[in-house]
Amino acid sequence: MAEPAIALQGVERRYGERIALRNVTVEVAEGQTLAVLGANGAGKTTLLRVLATLLRPHGGAARVLGSLLPEESWKVRGRVGYLGHDPLLYRELSGRQNLLYHARLHGVPTEVVDLQLEAVGMFRRADSPVRELSRGMLQRLAAARATLHDPALLLLDEARAGLDPAAADKLEPLIGHESGRTRVLITHDVEGGLAESDLALGLRGGDQVFATASAAIDGAEARRLYT
Amino acid sequence: MLGAARAILAKDLAIEWRTKESVPAMALFTVTVYVLFHFGLDRDSLEGDLASGVLWVTLLLAAIIGVTRLFAAEREQGGIDGLLLAPVDRTSLFVAKATGMFIYLVALEIVSVPVFGLLLLGPNVSDAFPELLLILLLADIGLATVGALVSALASESNARELIVPLLLLPLLVPLLIASASATAPLMRQVAVAEDLGRWALLLAGYDLMFLLIALAVFDFLLDD
Repeated sequence: MAEPAIALQGVERRYGERIALRNVTVEVAEGQTLAVLGANGAGKTTLLRVLATLLRPHGGAARVLGSLLPEESWKVRGRVGYLGHDPLLYRELSGRQNLLYHARLHGVPTEVVDLQLEAVGMFRRADSPVRELSRGMLQRLAAARATLHDPALLLLDEARAGLDPAAADKLEPLIGHESGRTRVLITHDVEGGLAESDLALGLRGGDQVFATASAAIDGAEARRLYT
Repeated sequence: MLGAARAILAKDLAIEWRTKESVPAMALFTVTVYVLFHFGLDRDSLEGDLASGVLWVTLLLAAIIGVTRLFAAEREQGGIDGLLLAPVDRTSLFVAKATGMFIYLVALEIVSVPVFGLLLLGPNVSDAFPELLLILLLADIGLATVGALVSALASESNARELIVPLLLLPLLVPLLIASASATAPLMRQVAVAEDLGRWALLLAGYDLMFLLIALAVFDFLLDD
C-alpha cells in the first residue's frame, strides 16, 4: 500500500502557553484533497504552516510526503506549494521579476515563468510593479508562484479569495482538483469545501472535532464548528 | 548556495534601486552630521583622534539605518516565508544580506568620505588614501557581517528599531577602536601609517571571527 502524502498522529502546536493545535490525527492519500474547516482562530492556518514546515510541531508525529517533520523538513521544502493569506510577492518588483526570483530559488528553468504568467492570465501585466495590481491579480500571481515548481502538495488558505469567477476558473488547472495534486485547503465556504474535497477535518479552538470522508459530513454538522 | 545567494542579492539590489530606502538615507545622515560638526566645532579642520572619531562614529550610526532595513522586505512582504519554503541552504540568505550591506556601505562611503574630507579635514589627507581604503574595506566587511546577523536576530521583533542599535553597537566597539586607532595617524597634518598592520590584522581577525560565528548560527536564527 502506498504511503500517505500526509500522516498526522496526535499533532500538537503551541504558541508559548497557548495551544493552537491539539491531538490532530488525519491521513491524506496521494492525490486526495483535505478540506480544513473551522472558525477564525481554530488552528487552520497553524496546521497549514506546520505542513509547510514553516512551524515545528511540538507534539505527536507528522509525516509529509514521506518525510518526518521537523527532522526531515529539508526534504519537503521545494515539494510544497503554499498559497496563504500573504502572496509572498515583493511589492516593488514586477510579477515577472518575482516569479523569476522564485524560479531561481527553486532551480526552475526561467522559461517556465512566462508559461505560468500565461496560465494565470497575467502575461500582459507581468511587468507592472506588484503594488499597482488589484487583489485578484495579486492572487493570480501568487497562484503562479505557488505552482511554479510543480509541487506534489498544495497548501491553500482561502486561495480563491478576491478572484472573480473567470479568474477562479482560470486557476483550476493549477490549484483545483484537476491539477491532480494532493491538496489541503482552508475555506469558509463550507458546502463548496466539502464538495471539492475527499476528506474533511473540523477544528474548534485547536481541537479536532472530526476527520472523516467529506461525503459523510453534512453541511449543517460542519456549520456547527462556527457557532 | 551561491546561486540562491546571487538571486537574493539581485532581488535586494533591485528593490533598493526602486525604493531608495537605505543608501540615500544613510548618505544623507552622514552628510548632515558632517555639516553639523563643521559648524558645531567651529574649526577650519580636524585632525588626528578627533577627526578619526568623527568619521567612524558617524559611519557606524549611519550603518544602523541600513541594518534596521536589511530584512524589511522579508518581514513586511512575507519574503522570509518564500525563502524558507525554497529548497535552498539558509546560509545563502546570510551571504546575500551581508554582501548587500557591504555594497550599501561602499556606496555610502563613496559619497560620505569625500564630503568628510571636504568639510572637516585639512589639505594633506589624500596622501593617506590607500591606507584609509584598506581600513574602510576591512571595517565594512565586519560591519556587514555583524549587521546581517543582528538584523536577522531583530527581524521578528516589533521593537527592532530599539534592538538593532542595542545589540549592534556593543558588538561594534572592537571594530570602532581598531578602525579609529588605525585611521587617526593618517589624519594628522603629516599623515603616517602608525601601527597600521597591527590594527588591520585585528580588523581582519574580527571579520573572520564574526563570519565564522554567523555561518555557524544563522540557520538556527531562522528556525521557528
